[in-house]
Amino acid sequence: MARVNRFFDDEPLRRPFNKDQFIRLLGYLGPFKKHLLVAFALMLVATLAGLAGPYIIKLAIDNYIASSDIKGMIYLTMIFATLTIVTYFMNRKRVTMMTGMGQRMLYNMRMDLFQHIESLSFTFFDSRPAGKIMMRLVNDVNSLNDLLTNGLINVINDFIMLIAIIVIMFSMNVRLTLISFLLLPALVAIMFGLRSVIRERWQMVRQKNSNMNAYLQESISGMRVTQAFVQEDVNEKIFLDLNNNIKTAHMNAIRVNNAFWPLLNIIGAVGNALVFIVGVGMVTRGEVTVGTLVAFTSYIGRFWMPLSTMSNFYNQLLIAMASAERIFEILDTKPEVTDKPGAIVLPPIKGHVEFDHVYFYYEPDKPVLRDISFVVQPGENIALVGPTGAGKSTIINLLARFYDVTGGRVLIDGFDIRDVTLESLRSQLGIVLQDTFLFSGTIMDNIRYGKVDATDEEVIAAAKAVRADDFIREFKNGYFTEVKERGSRLSVGQRQLISFARALLANPRILILDEATSSIDTHTERLVQMGLEQLLKGRTSFIIAHRLSTIRNADRIMVVDEGQIKESGTHKELMAIGGIYRELYISQFNWLLAG
Amino acid sequence: MDVFRRLWAYIRPYKLQFILTTIILLAAVGVGMIGPYLTGLLIDRVIKAGQLHLLRLLTTGLVAASVVGSVLQYTHSYSFENLSQRVIYSIRHDMYNHLQQASFSFYDEAHTGELMSRLTGDLEGIRYFMVGGFPMLVSSMVTFVGVSIVLFNMNAKLTLVCLSFSPLLAVTAVNFERRIKQAHSDIRHQMATFNRFLQEHITGIRVVKAFAREKYEIERFRAENNEVYEKNMIAGLLNGRFGPLLELLSSMSVVALVFYGGWLVMRGEMTVGTLVAFNGYLWSLIWPMRQLGVLLNLTGWAISSGQRIFDLLDTNVSMPVKVNAYKPDKVRGDVRFDNVTFKYSGDVVLEDVSIDAPAGKKMAIMGATGAGKTSIVNLICRFYEPQKGRVLVDNVDVRDWDLKTLRRNVSVVMQETFLFSDTIANNIAYGNDNASMDEIVAAAKAACAHDFIMEMPQGYDTIVGERGVGLSGGQKQRIAIARALLINAPILILDDATSNVDMETEHEIQQALKRLMVGRTTFIIAHRISAVKDADEIIVLDRGRIVERGSHDQLLQARGFYYDIFKEQYKDLVAESVTPELVTDDEDEALWLG
Repeated sequence: MARVNRFFDDEPLRRPFNKDQFIRLLGYLGPFKKHLLVAFALMLVATLAGLAGPYIIKLAIDNYIASSDIKGMIYLTMIFATLTIVTYFMNRKRVTMMTGMGQRMLYNMRMDLFQHIESLSFTFFDSRPAGKIMMRLVNDVNSLNDLLTNGLINVINDFIMLIAIIVIMFSMNVRLTLISFLLLPALVAIMFGLRSVIRERWQMVRQKNSNMNAYLQESISGMRVTQAFVQEDVNEKIFLDLNNNIKTAHMNAIRVNNAFWPLLNIIGAVGNALVFIVGVGMVTRGEVTVGTLVAFTSYIGRFWMPLSTMSNFYNQLLIAMASAERIFEILDTKPEVTDKPGAIVLPPIKGHVEFDHVYFYYEPDKPVLRDISFVVQPGENIALVGPTGAGKSTIINLLARFYDVTGGRVLIDGFDIRDVTLESLRSQLGIVLQDTFLFSGTIMDNIRYGKVDATDEEVIAAAKAVRADDFIREFKNGYFTEVKERGSRLSVGQRQLISFARALLANPRILILDEATSSIDTHTERLVQMGLEQLLKGRTSFIIAHRLSTIRNADRIMVVDEGQIKESGTHKELMAIGGIYRELYISQFNWLLAG
Repeated sequence: MDVFRRLWAYIRPYKLQFILTTIILLAAVGVGMIGPYLTGLLIDRVIKAGQLHLLRLLTTGLVAASVVGSVLQYTHSYSFENLSQRVIYSIRHDMYNHLQQASFSFYDEAHTGELMSRLTGDLEGIRYFMVGGFPMLVSSMVTFVGVSIVLFNMNAKLTLVCLSFSPLLAVTAVNFERRIKQAHSDIRHQMATFNRFLQEHITGIRVVKAFAREKYEIERFRAENNEVYEKNMIAGLLNGRFGPLLELLSSMSVVALVFYGGWLVMRGEMTVGTLVAFNGYLWSLIWPMRQLGVLLNLTGWAISSGQRIFDLLDTNVSMPVKVNAYKPDKVRGDVRFDNVTFKYSGDVVLEDVSIDAPAGKKMAIMGATGAGKTSIVNLICRFYEPQKGRVLVDNVDVRDWDLKTLRRNVSVVMQETFLFSDTIANNIAYGNDNASMDEIVAAAKAACAHDFIMEMPQGYDTIVGERGVGLSGGQKQRIAIARALLINAPILILDDATSNVDMETEHEIQQALKRLMVGRTTFIIAHRISAVKDADEIIVLDRGRIVERGSHDQLLQARGFYYDIFKEQYKDLVAESVTPELVTDDEDEALWLG
């Protein structure tokens, strides 16, 4: 079977320019209008002062050196020096201001994005890998930096500079100016033509590099599997292809990239030569001065830079707009579950739960839950059982309002949960998920996540209650043991115990728990069961149960199948009915025994 | 300097190219100096002295110098890039091969991110030196010296005046680079922290939402975001302070030139043409000074990057390989441990373990987390080596085996499942490029993976792994089992292979495995009695020692560790006072209700 490798796929290079999004992006400059104006004024003055240089040299040559006017020469030098120093202060002020503005803007944008992401529902995270979301917050935001801070202002400034140069040149001598502009069309053609080719080729290099990075990342993470399955040679071939692609793409880019300045250089030299050829005649005829001729060549030299940045600007704009589009895509994603206007704060609850004719659909013709109704009294323990995909998780997701019901109502203590604020609802629920997630930080920090202001004593008490204290104390640093990346240092069972302690510390009236399916060693298993008993005491609870002991200890078992509650009652009652539950129960025993 | 000696080893195959390119670079520098000289001549000879016949010659010279200079510049810059790509290609290749041979103990300590940065960022450091630092060093040194000589010849006093700003410029430039480098490294560190925070936050978003901690997290984000802002501001302010300052110092040289040069011309000590030529050369004098900081920085970067790269290449990370290693055509599958003791970073993991598993035997291993179960697997495949004793496959010490042959004959399902960003079919066929689609499907069916695969939108062509569809732990494990089954090796090892699948599926997988295990030496590591009870021999490990061994029945009779585990797992049955023998589908309900 041929191996199709996923690391050779490139993304498309071209994107059309979107004017509306550009305008929206400019909106981020809004709070900084004043800054922008000041910065622009500073820049303009500094630029014009900079342009004075060649003109001053011309004056020196023509007016003062020729007539040996020492006094005039001193004045001129002082003006020149003053201009230089003033330019220095202006530039300093401008760069500082623009940096501050740009960084503040990026700060605001990241804050907006993060706050928006926080409000989004699970569906958003379900469909996107963490890496892609991070790219938006980090790379895409950063890539707007250049455009918004310097790019825009530079391009305007360069434009003005070009005009100023042209005006100065024309005012010095029309004929010479026209001569020196003879090559302008060639120049512009080379710049704009070459630039876009260069951009596309560099983009290709970036893609090849990122393909390589992705491959290396995976290859290194999966090296154990590679070695176990003796795939080193296959990997090397893929690697060499990717390595080669980078080299080829890079040289393709260099081939045009490195031609840019030499070409400009040649055109510049030809322009200079033309000016001299024509100019020398004019000097001998007395039509222009030597100083003017020298100043002219200087100004021609200053023509390239602004033209080149302007030609680069469009490319910069295209790249930045691609990022902006991705950022706006996130900002435009509407959260599916939100506080409705005038939502009230849910008062402290007792734990009464009611599902009233609840329906839930992801897609119109595929009901996940159909007409579910039940009432749970405060303190009752409910075990949800049933095959995978029957709708157990949906019931608890609706209760925590991770999704909204399609039809019917979910009531807690008589309040429709859509009428109360999300925060007041969820902070009164304890939710323990199947895949226990621990944050990096100490074990203490992780348990404390359940109640941010808990004292160390409270944390330890919670850990003791769920039987986590013993194993935690066995670590050298006890509660201050650092949990590394995603808790890899702890076993599955230990992570579960910590999540129990976390939930217990929050002390919720209603507990929602998706029991882990992973098999863990017998000793830890026993601890987990005892911990769970402690956690459930005196709380309304909903457990998606996999362990027989959990199921049998429940006050009520609900059998969920095909989006409906098919059976409901205690273990004894359900066994007596002789329905789905009994069948499930017997087969579980048989698996245990048969092996 | 050791780094540069090592680097030279990679450049040496292209020695001729390197030398020629350097010569071209020097030539380009030389030609670059002609322009201002010709301009000066033009003014003095043609304009002032009226030697109009020289005009054509001089302007042609100007254009020719520019064309030749540009061609030379293009050639050397292209060639240096080409050279650097060749060198980087080989270094990267060597690094990758090195990593592929690295043993498991290397990966236990290594961080993927750090290795990645050696293969990417550190190589960039080398590249920048080769295409930027080195040519810049050569050309600015030559330019500076060359231009100084030319200018001294034209006018010594004026040259000294122009150069007077140079030391100040150089000191400022170096100072700036030093500080900005620090600032950038602070930014990088902060970005790493920022990224880590985000990564973790997004992966753990469900917990955040479950505890309604969004506001708290936003505050934490604000703090991180603020740090990013502060760190960037430091760099920004440095740029604001030093950038214009360097500009100022450079411009002051021009001011000095105009004033003093003008004065010299007035006194008749110098011609206007020389002044103009000076003006043209001045940048060549200022530029090397301004670049000094960048140059030092690039060199420093190359040295530290190179050090990290060559350190990695010098670390001996692979398993020792024997000449004339054992490479049989056919492997029976006998596995034996002779008094094996295995220590890992000082801790004893296995102590004096002996196991005899002749071809076709089914071994099961039980024990608490950390008892050493996985080490047994790792020693058979020679991912690690024991400190004492021997591990033998087909009566040959695994250290005498050809490593690849050995591993090809053992198929493993590891505890931590890893899938590649590829189609499900290719993931199953990993290690078995010749597998047909039918074989792949058969393996998937045996691993109870076929049904959920078919439910995926693209079936077997669905891309999984980091770049594809996310799968549950149980689904990943089933794909890993299918992968191991497809190998069809005489030795099969299942390390906690079904820990993440539910009991129903586990049962089904076990049924399928029963058929597939026939004729293979099998090692099953598991926690559930149901998974191990049919093994020919069950070994119970406790803190690295074998504390019990025997068949299911024997161990139950022994009433030891195994029996305790059994009791614990079957206490529900005991509580119901139902004996295992009585449980069947047709049983009377009365029995169930006790």
